[in-house]
Amino acid sequence: MNEKEIRGMVADVKEGSLSRRSFIQRMAAVGITAPIASQILAWNDVAMANATLPYKPTKAGGGGPLKVLLWQAPTLLNPHFASGTKDQIASRIFFEPLAGWDKEGNLIPCLAAEVPSKANGGLSADGTQVTWKLKQGVKWHDGKPFTADDVVFTWEYAKDPATAAYTTGSYKDIKVEKVDDYTIKLTFAAPTPFWADPFVGVAGQILPKHHFGEYIGAKSREAPANLKPVGTGPYKFVEFKPGDILTGARNEDYHIKNQPHFDTLEVKGGGDAVSAARAVLQTGEYDYAWNLQVEDEVLKRMETGGRGKISAVASGDIEFIILNPTDPWTEVDGERSSIKTKHPTLSDPKVREAINLLIDRDSIQKFIYGRGGIATASFVNEPKQFKSSKLKYEFNIDKANKILDDAGYKRGADGVREKDGKKLKYVYQTSINAPRQKTQAIIKQACQKAGIDLELKSVTASVFFSSDVANPDTYTKLYVDMEMYTTTQPQPDPERFLNQFTSWEVANKENKWLGRNVSRYTDPAADEAYKAAQKELDPAKRAALLIKVNEIFCEANIILPLLSRTRVAASVNNVMHDHSGWDVDTWNIAAWYRT
Amino acid sequence: MAGSTLASPSADPAVAAIAAPVSVSPARETWRRFRRHRLAMASLVILTLLIVSVIVGPWLWPVAINDIDFSATLQGPSLAHPLGTDDLGQDIMARMMYGGRISLAVGLAAMVVATFVGVLIGALAGMSRKVADPVLMWVTDLFLSLPQLPLLLLIIYLFREQLKALFGVEGGVFVLIVIVIGGLRWMPVARLVRAQFLSLREKEFVEAARAQGATKMRQMVRHILPNALGPVIVASTIEVSTAIIAESTLSFLGLGFPPDIPTWGRLLFDAKDQLDTAPHWALFPGAAIFLTVLSINFIGDGLRDALDPRRVI
Repeated sequence: MNEKEIRGMVADVKEGSLSRRSFIQRMAAVGITAPIASQILAWNDVAMANATLPYKPTKAGGGGPLKVLLWQAPTLLNPHFASGTKDQIASRIFFEPLAGWDKEGNLIPCLAAEVPSKANGGLSADGTQVTWKLKQGVKWHDGKPFTADDVVFTWEYAKDPATAAYTTGSYKDIKVEKVDDYTIKLTFAAPTPFWADPFVGVAGQILPKHHFGEYIGAKSREAPANLKPVGTGPYKFVEFKPGDILTGARNEDYHIKNQPHFDTLEVKGGGDAVSAARAVLQTGEYDYAWNLQVEDEVLKRMETGGRGKISAVASGDIEFIILNPTDPWTEVDGERSSIKTKHPTLSDPKVREAINLLIDRDSIQKFIYGRGGIATASFVNEPKQFKSSKLKYEFNIDKANKILDDAGYKRGADGVREKDGKKLKYVYQTSINAPRQKTQAIIKQACQKAGIDLELKSVTASVFFSSDVANPDTYTKLYVDMEMYTTTQPQPDPERFLNQFTSWEVANKENKWLGRNVSRYTDPAADEAYKAAQKELDPAKRAALLIKVNEIFCEANIILPLLSRTRVAASVNNVMHDHSGWDVDTWNIAAWYRT
Repeated sequence: MAGSTLASPSADPAVAAIAAPVSVSPARETWRRFRRHRLAMASLVILTLLIVSVIVGPWLWPVAINDIDFSATLQGPSLAHPLGTDDLGQDIMARMMYGGRISLAVGLAAMVVATFVGVLIGALAGMSRKVADPVLMWVTDLFLSLPQLPLLLLIIYLFREQLKALFGVEGGVFVLIVIVIGGLRWMPVARLVRAQFLSLREKEFVEAARAQGATKMRQMVRHILPNALGPVIVASTIEVSTAIIAESTLSFLGLGFPPDIPTWGRLLFDAKDQLDTAPHWALFPGAAIFLTVLSINFIGDGLRDALDPRRVI
């Protein structure tokens, strides 16, 4: 489908001869997913669609308690410090952004009166300014009114490096001005094609100035409201025991009529994914459980009980393997895997190519993940227009053997290949999680057949994903030859997501291993394409640039994508929830109800 | 009433007359007494079978432990797979025999370390009449009050890489686990031994030995220790099960053996999510751990009876 046809169809939608729904379906048929299809419509002044849950109850309250199980327990409730998804989910109950993302990637206004578009004057033609109109009559939980001052304050708070906010990246390069009490104007330093990042979704929650005003900068961690939130959300804070339980009560003054439905809310932490699935699907003790990284077989069996259902929605999350091009076993300047070193064998592209051929992605999908993932060779899979159509995967042990033979790696007495005394023996690390250990076993066996010996290592998830500078087992340290994990794409646009392929994001000792480029591989061509994409306003050209960044890393076989993950959650049959792959699970918790 | 008092067996001239001419070595005497304990004998047979099967088994059943076969996942016991398969179609029998070697070796080696350290410290404390006793007991109390899991994590974090370099991946973890579990479980044994020593060292037979000029060492090793061994044996048999379970805990936390090494604890952990559909997967390793621990306990029971010189069998 070419540009002209798309334009023709957009015109049809505008005239009303083609419905939004069929437009999105036709775009999907040619590989353009819903989020982008609706962005195309938005660029062409067709109002955003709405795939949110239709709300049936006719009055607020009366729904009794809602019990949510987060098997990784939340530990803090300030959304701007919430680097973990569990904390983002918990703080979203109390704080709200100007707008959130529904499951089709549509922007849905929350504290904004409407989503900015060119038609309503919200978006400037040069792509540098966005004007948000705020909803009037919204009150904080303590009764004070919500105004533009709070939004401007949130920007000042998050952009201050001394505040050390996790969201600072979304705010540090913009300028926010108050136009009047219910209008703000946001100016980007350069034309920004993906404008819906500050004040939107996970990173965009608005803080009350009257509670956080004194705690801007270095004192940010001392604010009492970090643990006792006062927000605008559908539930008011009651009690919080970090790492255990969070309770809330219905906000009688909530700004959406007849919402929320439940009288109280309980968020319980602890356990593991399997026991969480069981507590919802089998025993029905809880109404909703999140992030069920469980073998699909197990979930299907639990579902046969008929008490609950599984919801799997598409997301941009990707399960992948990194092959470390640096040497993890030599210490240079106080760090291993330093970019000054070179891996003795993995720096050879032939070895990496062979390993990529030894991954049986189809079996991993079929026998382990099921509904939880789709086998892929591309790092970016959603939205579809950013997915590379060039990248293909193959499982072929013979071909891998031939590549290694040709490259001069000979089998030793123990069956392990070596060249110049360097053996193809690698440590392969991931977090403790049953599907991941099974994936490790499958890949190890295939590698064995090609004369590559893998030592499997599994690290408990709370250590693996922590940012503890002193621990050598965190994923960003990469003190191993191979590593596997899932990285999440929080917005329906891969620009921010792909910064992990840039040279200035390399994780090292200097940035306390907080850099996003964990693989440490760099390519000037990728840097250049990424920088060009940041300024490109033409969606098609921009997509091509971002696809190039993705392809450079995947073709170098540094990044070996395995599965495009879906987000899997469970709920009891009578609870209606609004699960989105582009925002946190509680993004629209006000609209949940029980039938 | 004096007439109703039963005569002591040793005072019976007839018994003494029969026993006197037969001279048996203490080892044969212990074995004779041990055989009387039926449960202990049965346990000995079971434990021997388990040990022999994990040592010899892999030669008789040469199936690879990591042979993945998706066409045969979660199958129950059959001729091709006598103990069934797991969710990757790997043969559970082959995995159990391989893992059994490690689990049994870890359990037994950790027991030996814990018992040796415990007996040594308990005996020294029990024999001392000066400062050694309180000092050693303070050390014991100190070790008892240490939080074991955090300490384990710290030790493994500090020394894993070095030991791995010295003994290889499996060897390094094995040495570490044995030392750590053995080194953290000797306290109950030490206390038991000390208590036994405190009471036994005042007994007449020890005084008699001392009067005859026996050195402290000889009193300890020849006279007191054999009499103190009963409770120690029972306590140390329990250590075997603790060690097997501790090894599983460490593997669970990702700090023990690599996840593809199927120790019995690991097999149980992997099987737990499929308990309802594939109970055989958990039952076989579970039964193996159960039988090992139970039979070692019974053997300990039988040994205590056999070694106790005051008990008549």
